[in-house]
Amino acid sequence: MKLGKRISIECSHAASLAVKLANVDVVAAYPITPQTHIIERLAEYVANGELDAEYVNVESEHSALSACIGASAVGARVYTSTAGQGLALMHEMLFIASGNRLPIVMGVANRSLSPNLNIWGDQSDMMASRDCGWIQIYAENAQEIFDHTLQAFKIAEDERVLLPVAVCFDGFHVTHVIEPLITLDQEEVDRFLPKHRRAIYRLTPDQPSTWGPVASPDVQTELKVQNEWALNSSKDVILEVWREFSDLFDRRYTPLEVYRVEDADAAILILGGFAGTARIAVDKMREEGKKIGLIKLRLYRPFPMQEAKDVLSKVKAVAVVDRAISAGGLGGPVYGDVRNVLYDVERRPAVLSFIAGLGGRDITVKDFMKIGERALEAADKGRSGPVVNFIQVRM
Amino acid sequence: MASQTFRSIKEVPLEEYFTPGHRACQGCAEAIAVRHVLKAAGRDVIVVNATGCLEVVSTPYPYTAWAVPWYHVAFENTAAVASGIESALKVLRRKRLVADKKIHVVCFAGDGGTADIGFQALSGALERGHDFLYVCLDNEAYMNTGIQRSSSTPYGAWTTTSPPGKVKPAGQMTYKKDLPSIFAAHGIPYVATATVSYPLDLINKAKKGLDVEGPAYLHIYTPCPPGWRIPSEKVIQVSRLGVQTGMFLIYEAEKGHLRLTVKPSRRKPVAEYLKMQGRFRHLSDEDVEKIQRFVDERCAKFGLPPLEAST
Amino acid sequence: MADSKPTVKNLPIAGIIFTPGSAKEYNTGSFRSQKPILEAKLCTKCGMCWVYCPDGAVFVNSEGMYEVDLKYCKGCGICVEECARKAIKMVDEEEM
Repeated sequence: MKLGKRISIECSHAASLAVKLANVDVVAAYPITPQTHIIERLAEYVANGELDAEYVNVESEHSALSACIGASAVGARVYTSTAGQGLALMHEMLFIASGNRLPIVMGVANRSLSPNLNIWGDQSDMMASRDCGWIQIYAENAQEIFDHTLQAFKIAEDERVLLPVAVCFDGFHVTHVIEPLITLDQEEVDRFLPKHRRAIYRLTPDQPSTWGPVASPDVQTELKVQNEWALNSSKDVILEVWREFSDLFDRRYTPLEVYRVEDADAAILILGGFAGTARIAVDKMREEGKKIGLIKLRLYRPFPMQEAKDVLSKVKAVAVVDRAISAGGLGGPVYGDVRNVLYDVERRPAVLSFIAGLGGRDITVKDFMKIGERALEAADKGRSGPVVNFIQVRM
Repeated sequence: MASQTFRSIKEVPLEEYFTPGHRACQGCAEAIAVRHVLKAAGRDVIVVNATGCLEVVSTPYPYTAWAVPWYHVAFENTAAVASGIESALKVLRRKRLVADKKIHVVCFAGDGGTADIGFQALSGALERGHDFLYVCLDNEAYMNTGIQRSSSTPYGAWTTTSPPGKVKPAGQMTYKKDLPSIFAAHGIPYVATATVSYPLDLINKAKKGLDVEGPAYLHIYTPCPPGWRIPSEKVIQVSRLGVQTGMFLIYEAEKGHLRLTVKPSRRKPVAEYLKMQGRFRHLSDEDVEKIQRFVDERCAKFGLPPLEAST
Repeated sequence: MADSKPTVKNLPIAGIIFTPGSAKEYNTGSFRSQKPILEAKLCTKCGMCWVYCPDGAVFVNSEGMYEVDLKYCKGCGICVEECARKAIKMVDEEEM
């Protein structure tokens, strides 16, 4: 098996490269830090003729997603990417993209939401839009960005799915870092992803159809439930696509990536790039004989309910580290999800919420070790202590 | 391809692409305008419709009055959605993934969807030069939500959010935003205004806008019986009076060259237009004079004759 | 009727309507309190009633004459006002 070529690349450009290899038809994009490098590189590809696509330089993120929606509705393979305020401006369109079942792929370079103006990373942007009906996958590094972006087109366009996919990765801490990447050549990608999208539903004069009609109370509920079913059942296709990818290219992905949890008393759960730092902390604690593990949540929506239950019921405590606040005393958003999932588990662990890394603040190995200690303490005592904990805050 | 002009009503196609069974109010001028724009476009078209009356009356699920492909996404982004559709059709045609034929892209939006909430998206799409026809159906207020003022509401009009009162006796206290001029200033190849009482003029302008390479903007004045407080049967007369008084200037600007296409030989006083409509009923004589002066100045700029001597 | 209501399973994807012009099945004639009557002998077939009808309710019949389809006519009265020959008049629904 040929396994591609090893290069070094800025993580943003790993996204651009995947989009080029996916042979997209339309890119509509608007600059916003820390996402801009992705669309700059795509503009170069189009300008050089390396990618045969229409590049629409829209006048806002709202229009970026709107143009993607239009292009996708006529059958094109489309891509955009955004971050922070840009995602917030798109908010209304996010729901329409999923509700109209459009297989758009978007990169989200997670960035803190204003105020105050802060261009750096956290996950408050995507978390504020988490109920938008998109498939949401969190990538940790260049390789995952590249692989998940390619996979996203295949997942989104599968006629059992037909939903948009957001591939999320941390602004700056991931986007602006140069990393090794095992790339794929066009021939290899073509074996995995059909060269063109095959749209079974599209706007065409050959078969006129009416999209986005008015729905009365008599049908709106059924339409919303239809969407929910589609999102939930997309998980099977996601797993299938990941299996196929692994068969072809020998890189295996699972909804939850579990690290040293088998015999652990407690675990740290996180999504995104800081899993790398957390892994180092786990190794250090293991060296000290502490039974701690790490769970990296890769597939955030649809939420991997069963997988989460299976793995979390093995530990006595879990510390969920969120890079966002669910305002109003509820801790972090992922923490809320995890507690929700565990409620009906018979032997459920103590669950602690840690909020850290807001607005680009680093979460250090030391921080993760402290979090790990707290989780082990909770495992020992069988209770959580303070439920919501802010890390590294000058009170 | 040169534009094939319809020389008489008899040449206008009988096919209805905006079908009967839609639920517009009695006498809705938007419905008349849409019928004719679609006749000009024919079968090979994709329509993008902003939120508003037209969208609501034409598509209560499972009914659609559209015999052509139609897409409603939201209120403010019609032109952005059309940008995506046009770009996609271009690249898919280039890659031979769709049939090799021209498919028109037509937007319909109201004055609120154009002058206010959709203004930015439209400006962006015009600047980028997408090949599409944008039709603003101007009934001079937010009619779908129940007659609220927009920036296209004329001075002196009553609406539910510009009610005449002691402090603001005229109702709407600002002048109508001049959309056609603003969009003409984008340097696009075709800008025109039309109204339903001159249907051949309207349909031929739609055709020209569709045939031209690049963006075209067509502004259609569409009197609204409930919003303007006029009887449904008077819609065409009000539309005609709008032109004859100089309230509506009917022109086209091709590559910046402006030409009046309906030029009344004698201009009637605006009072005749205003008094037909309940929305202007509260106006004082001074207000009417103020509107007359405003219209006179505008007409002079556009080369319309001075006001005819009162009879 | 309740049984024929759409379900999650049988609703078309995203509520897309795949039957173009399905509104034709909907009777808008019920909006009307008066209806137009066309006196054929006065008609010059100028077609303005057809042009100005907001509802596309005026059509050319097999004899080449303009006719109002009362299934759709909402009774707005534009055709009556705009007919140069005064060939159309409105009558109350009950009158025949």
